[in-house]
Amino acid sequence: MATKKKTAKTAKKTTKKAKTFLQAPINKKLSAEEKIELYRTIVGIRRFEERSLRAYNQGKIGGFLHLYIGQEAVATGVVSLMEENDHIITAYRDHGHALAVGMSMNECMAEMYGKHTGCSKGKGGSMHFFAPDKNYWGGHGIVAGQTPLGAGLAYALKYKGVKGCAVCFLGDGAVNQGAFMETLNLVSLWDIPVVFVIENNGYSMGTSLKRSSAEENLAHRADGFDMAWEVCDGHDVFEVREVADRAMTRAREEHKPFLLEIRTYRYRGHSVADANHEKYRTKEEIEDYKKNKDPINVLKQQLIKEGTLDEDLVKQIDKEKKEEADAAAQFADESPVAPREEIQTDVYWEVDNDTEGKLKGTYFFNDV
Amino acid sequence: MALITYREAIKQALAEEIERDENVVIMGEEVAQYNGAYKVTEGLWDKYGDKRLVDTPISEAAFSGLAIGASALGIRPVVELMFMSFSYVAIDQLFNNASFCRYMSGGLMNVPIVVRGPANGGTNVGATHSHTPENMVANHPGLKVVCPSNAYDAKGLMKTAIRDNDPVFVMENTLLYGEKWEVPEEEYTIDLGVANVLKEGSDVTIVSHGRCAMISLSAAKILKEKHGIDAEVVDLRSIRPLDEETILNSVKKTNRAVLVEENKPFCGVDAQISHMIQYKAFDYLDAPIHRVSAVDAPQIYAKDLENWQIPNEERIIESVLKCVS
Ligand SMILES: Cc1ncc(C[n+]2csc(CCOP(=O)(O)OP(=O)(O)O)c2C)c(N)n1
Repeated sequence: MATKKKTAKTAKKTTKKAKTFLQAPINKKLSAEEKIELYRTIVGIRRFEERSLRAYNQGKIGGFLHLYIGQEAVATGVVSLMEENDHIITAYRDHGHALAVGMSMNECMAEMYGKHTGCSKGKGGSMHFFAPDKNYWGGHGIVAGQTPLGAGLAYALKYKGVKGCAVCFLGDGAVNQGAFMETLNLVSLWDIPVVFVIENNGYSMGTSLKRSSAEENLAHRADGFDMAWEVCDGHDVFEVREVADRAMTRAREEHKPFLLEIRTYRYRGHSVADANHEKYRTKEEIEDYKKNKDPINVLKQQLIKEGTLDEDLVKQIDKEKKEEADAAAQFADESPVAPREEIQTDVYWEVDNDTEGKLKGTYFFNDV
Repeated sequence: MALITYREAIKQALAEEIERDENVVIMGEEVAQYNGAYKVTEGLWDKYGDKRLVDTPISEAAFSGLAIGASALGIRPVVELMFMSFSYVAIDQLFNNASFCRYMSGGLMNVPIVVRGPANGGTNVGATHSHTPENMVANHPGLKVVCPSNAYDAKGLMKTAIRDNDPVFVMENTLLYGEKWEVPEEEYTIDLGVANVLKEGSDVTIVSHGRCAMISLSAAKILKEKHGIDAEVVDLRSIRPLDEETILNSVKKTNRAVLVEENKPFCGVDAQISHMIQYKAFDYLDAPIHRVSAVDAPQIYAKDLENWQIPNEERIIESVLKCVS
């Protein structure tokens, strides 16, 4: 039987535990200001979500609320690497990515309150944040449904000769959808500059990775499609940046896809409604992550150690972000709901856009 | 008679069928160890174990297709979709395979599966989790669709669906899961294709199904009390097979029809029924047929607007008043 030779196309690697990823070239380049900004972002996501949880418990937010708490370093790290022509897309656990790209807490909170001032005018809710002007293409509710779309964003970049990449986030449960497998084949076959980031938090709802995936090393699936992959931990922003930079640079420079598995953890249940999340995992497991790998803590310790942050600034940023989240909740509370007629707008582009320029309808390259 | 929830009624049907037939297998995401996303299967895994309650990965196309294949060799899978909205991921398996295998094989292969799960809006979860696809399913010859509006029907129809030798979609409603109705302790089943007259009346026929049938019933009560209008309420129970006779008999008596459903209006179930009535009972009609359906747009997230988007008493009453005026 002939054995197939490994082609040069594949460049896989599992990141070795470096002493500190803070010293990696891509991170050394960061100014003190930029590092503090990373800290601001990560704290902002946490405080925003804690505030939204309160609002949910007060009955101000309806439907589902999938909190990202514990995973913040992933979105923060990856998004911090985005260049002008890079685009991102994610699933329903989308608050972290949204805030990381710079969406305001106001528009996000108002969306969850179902208000007219929300980013999707109250039509989408928690799972469907969008900000195309920030190259952020949502917020998608069907598991893995966003993965072919991510490939499409990257396809368009390559088609138009734009140097950029698309980053598509998905969960560890999403890898078992046919749409994702089909997409892996296409992007590798066609050399599409997309980076798939599997945020492996170990669980899809109440089902552990062990019980849902035959091959637990999810990144290995790329092998079947002759595609590059790497695996890394996701609680240190600097580690995420170091690895994701390699994937994104390769995508931009060589128009090659990449599968990145980032191991992370969620503290909360799958959604707020998942009250029994301590039944399918142990309290100790959660506490261990909180104590030893909390992404905010890890970043804080590193920055304090090198003298970029001090306790005062830590406190100040925390206060700032809490106030911002509170203000967002108040803004959302006081915002108007959309009028009934609005149920039927935004269904067809032509109905809502009457000028010739708008009819062409693309935010993407601003070539209206 | 015991007063039990819609959820409990479905669970009883599943448990009794598991006990009755060793080939009945419940399959889907989180149905076993997690006890079901909506707790419909709560406790069943503890009692019947891994063989009868099977947790699947998030692979709707794969496990729906697998169920179809297994059913060819005598297994009777009951596939839970966490939301009927997710049937769209498995659409090729359900609409190309489950529906057509029997026909294409000249009757040599049959597909005794049940596909069940919530198919409703009104829960504030946005467009991709709120589909009410009974019209779409019913459009595929070979598939059967039932929509229980209460616990009694849910249990009786579910048992019939499991015993049926063809693919049956059971459209449940998350807003009904917690509501209670009287259900007899002894065994019973309800035939598919037999509508239920929920309330007799002489002035107008309201035809509906699922949760909308219950809303129609309460609208009928208000119509009687406030407007002196005596409406007859027909609950279809099953969309396909469709009980044309009960609908026609009622319309021939009242001479007026208002059709209520949560589907979007364009190509909806009510469009089919409306055609049927005008074709078969044209001479009996004293007014145009009115339809009340969800406002024609993807389901909106915002609560206040969504509550108005799907039919409510107010909108049904408004239509009935127009129809009888
Ligand atoms: C097609 C489809 N099936 C099922 C669901 C219900 N559901 C929503 S999230 C989820 C778990 C997904 O887990 P994972 O991909 O690991 O992402 P995580 O929640 O961990 O971020 C499930 C089963 C869905 N939204 N879409």
